[in-house]
Order: sequence, then structure tokens, then C-alpha cells
Amino acid sequence: MAKIIVVTSGKGGVGKTTSSAAIGTGLALKGYKTAIIDFDIGLRNLDLIMGCERRVVYDFVNVINGEANLNQALIKDKRVEKLFILPASQTRDKDALTREGVERVLNELKDKFDFIICDSPAGIEAGAMMALYFADEAIVTTNPEVSSVRDSDRILGILQSKSKRAEDGLEPVKEHLLLTRYNPSRVAAGEMLSVEDVQEILAIDLLGVIPESTAVLNASNSGQPVVLDGESDAGQAYNDAINRLLGEIVDFRFLNVEKKGILKRIFGG
Amino acid sequence: MSEQTFELKGNLFTLSVLHLFSVDITQLRKELDEKISQAPKFFIGAPIVINLAKLHDTNVDFATLKQTLIDLQLNPVGICNGTEQQNEAAKAVKLSVLNYSKDNAKPVQPKQNNTEVVEVEKEVYLPPQIVQTTVRSGQQIYAKNRDLIVLGAVSHGAEVIADGNIHIYGTLRGRAIAGAQGYDEAAIYCQRLEAELVSINGSYWISDSLQGELWGKAAQVKQKNDSLEITALVKG
Repeated sequence: MAKIIVVTSGKGGVGKTTSSAAIGTGLALKGYKTAIIDFDIGLRNLDLIMGCERRVVYDFVNVINGEANLNQALIKDKRVEKLFILPASQTRDKDALTREGVERVLNELKDKFDFIICDSPAGIEAGAMMALYFADEAIVTTNPEVSSVRDSDRILGILQSKSKRAEDGLEPVKEHLLLTRYNPSRVAAGEMLSVEDVQEILAIDLLGVIPESTAVLNASNSGQPVVLDGESDAGQAYNDAINRLLGEIVDFRFLNVEKKGILKRIFGG
Repeated sequence: MSEQTFELKGNLFTLSVLHLFSVDITQLRKELDEKISQAPKFFIGAPIVINLAKLHDTNVDFATLKQTLIDLQLNPVGICNGTEQQNEAAKAVKLSVLNYSKDNAKPVQPKQNNTEVVEVEKEVYLPPQIVQTTVRSGQQIYAKNRDLIVLGAVSHGAEVIADGNIHIYGTLRGRAIAGAQGYDEAAIYCQRLEAELVSINGSYWISDSLQGELWGKAAQVKQKNDSLEITALVKG
């Protein structure tokens, strides 16, 4: 039985899709059969980040409406075995998702996969509610700034009260904090909230801290999930986060300003 | 159509109550006469109720008692806190049996050697509403007719309301409204005050007014002279 993990945030542009792609790909690299579902109906992005935009034939809404079966709509990744993408429909809107339809698709996926990653749209409306409703765990993606933190707080409240687990009175959705676009030098300069500041407000377990990195933008532009770039700081940070998600204890990296060596100081770096 | 000749309505009046400690009516007449002579205008014609709480073991001669009070120009209207027997005897001489509403004046139960079962009215205790987690942005909690205890924090954009007191063991960053139905003794206690708004019984301060030396500290908020007063929760 697959574990359903929603990647959510409330606020837009904080890195939900990038994180969904990176974490989904990372889990598949470790041998877990993983499906990533794009819940952002009408604003399809996951296919671009995953580099499979030219292979989309059927989508999530087609499957819900019975116009295609799951095997037709799931796109198998060409780089990583055991990785599949279920793209969103670009021509529809969020109302195309029905709770019964989503449940049926998830139940069908559950039997075949180890992990199902639900890439949530921004906001707290129908699309976001649908993405988080069936979740077992939630990765709350947050940027170290006040509005993102507040929106994440709101989403945490919704997870506690409006998810299926909450409504059924089951064990609550397991919440993880993923801090993205973290820039230690700006934190040191007081321009950004620190990890401690964010954790104090949100008070949930820290899954990972992803440093602000040009590698992330490059990865998105080239359709290569950033974990595939094992050299980059962001790729390594995502890898640490995935290990923590799997229950390992991993020290946090990239939290402090790197000290410049003497050569870098002389010649600039 | 003819107009109605009357209308019946309930109302509350203040009556003098004569708390009787003895059935010695001669003695009562003497002492009461002295008392009345001090302020005759206040007593003449005053309706009076006889409280029998201290006389449960005794037979009271209500006819004589009533006449004595009338002689002293008082107007006995009824009795209260009598035993069943006393109530019957009082009714016989056209004294009303009244119910006393104050809790502290419930009939004192005579010490009993036999095994008569005594029904005592229980005070209703409303336990506080307890929230084990952090109250998140956008959530609203209302503890009706009771205190509210939050073990976590109250986030920015969250709202906690209680008709009683509010205790927050984490940081108060959102809004807290205590004494919402008009209880002016209500208070807000928090481990760290960083509130958007605090309000007690209608008086409120917003964040701007809270930026004093107790900002970010353990504090209690109370109402004082229709405004609010914030003091440190821990001395020193």
C-alpha cells in the first residue's frame, strides 16, 4: 500500500512543484515505485519540471472522467526507473476534480506504488483541498519570509481539520516542514527569517532546508529534477530531506554562511 | 371591543427579611419594638418575610407571630426556608411560602440522627475547553460559558474566544478575546505576549498598543477602569 504525501504551502511560487519533482525522483532513485500527480489543473507545470511535456497524451482529468485508463495517462520517466508522472489537464479548471474521482484514482495507484506524491496548487480552494484531502503525510513547503510562513500555518490548520484523516478521526496527517530558497548570508544580515524563527512559529518537524541555488533554476529550465544534479548543494539538500522522510537521521547542511578561503577572498568568489 | 381590566406580570421586589432565631414571641416583640423606634418611618407598613432557617426543630405559632408583627405596624407577607410542616402551618394563617433564591441562604439542614435522605442541589461546574495543539492561522475557537486552555501557541491570524478566562501556554500571536459575554473579571494569561489583539469584555488593545516592556514576555491582561491592564505573569 502506497503512502500518499501531499506537497503543499498555501502560498504560490515557494517551490512546491520543484520539491515534488525532486522528492518523487529521489524516492524512485532509491528503488521505491513512485507516482507524482499534478493537482494544479489548468496551470500544468510538473510536466515541464520533469521534462516530459512532449509526452502528455491523457491527463488526470481524463482518468477521472473515464476517458482514459491510468496506464494510458501515467507517463513513465525515461531517466529513472519506477518513476511515473500523472499530468494535470491544461484545458480544464479545478472543478473538474471530484472527491470520488480522485479517491478512485488514488486507490487504484495505491495498490501498485510505494509512494504517491500529490503536487498541490497554491491557495486553499478546491484544488488544494483535493490534493491534501487523502494525504497520509504532508510536506509543507515554506520560504523563510513572513507571508509564506503565515500561509503555511493556515495550511497546517486545514490539514488538522479538513483532511480525511481528521474527518475520520484517524491518526493525524504527519506534517513535515521543508524550508526552500534559504539564503544563509541574507539570514545573517537579518533580511530573512532563520530556520529557528520559522520552526518556532510553525512548530513542526523539520524535513529539510534547501539553499537558494542557481542549480534549482537551471534544473527547472532543463526539465531535470534537481536531485539528479548530485554535485549541487540543492540536490544534496533534497537528498538529505528524502533520507529523513524515509526515517534516517541526517545532520542539516547549508545552514551557515560558507567561509571564504583566502584565495577566494583575494581573487573574489 | 371592551378593554381588559387587568394584566398579570411577574416582577422582582426587594423585601425585608426577618431572620428568626427564637420562638419567644414576647422577647421578639420587645426587641423589634426597640429596633423600629430607631427608624419608624422606614418600618411602618413595610412588607416583611420571615426566614425560618434557624428554627427547623420548633413549632412556630404563626397566628401569634403574624399578629405581633401587625401590631408593630409591619406587614407580614410570607415565610421562607420553612420545613414542610412549618409551611403548612404558615399557609393556614394566610402567610405565603416564598422561595429564597440566594444560594448561601439554602435551608440549613438540621443535624439528623435518623437516616432521612437529604437532596442537596449541586453547583454546575463547566470544565475548561482544552486545545492540545497550536491554534493555526485562520482557525477560530470559542469556549462558550467556560475557560479556554491552549497548550500550544495561537498563530498570527488565529482567534481564540472564551466567555471565561484564556490561558495560553505557548506564544499568543493572534487574537484573544476573554469575557466575551460580559464577564469583566476575565483575564488572558500567556507565556509570551505577541498578540494582534487582546480584548476583555469589549475593551481591546491592538498590537501597536502592546509594544511595551512586556511584549514577548509572559503576561496577564485584565480589565481595569474600562481599559486594559497588562502585568508580568511572573514577578521579577
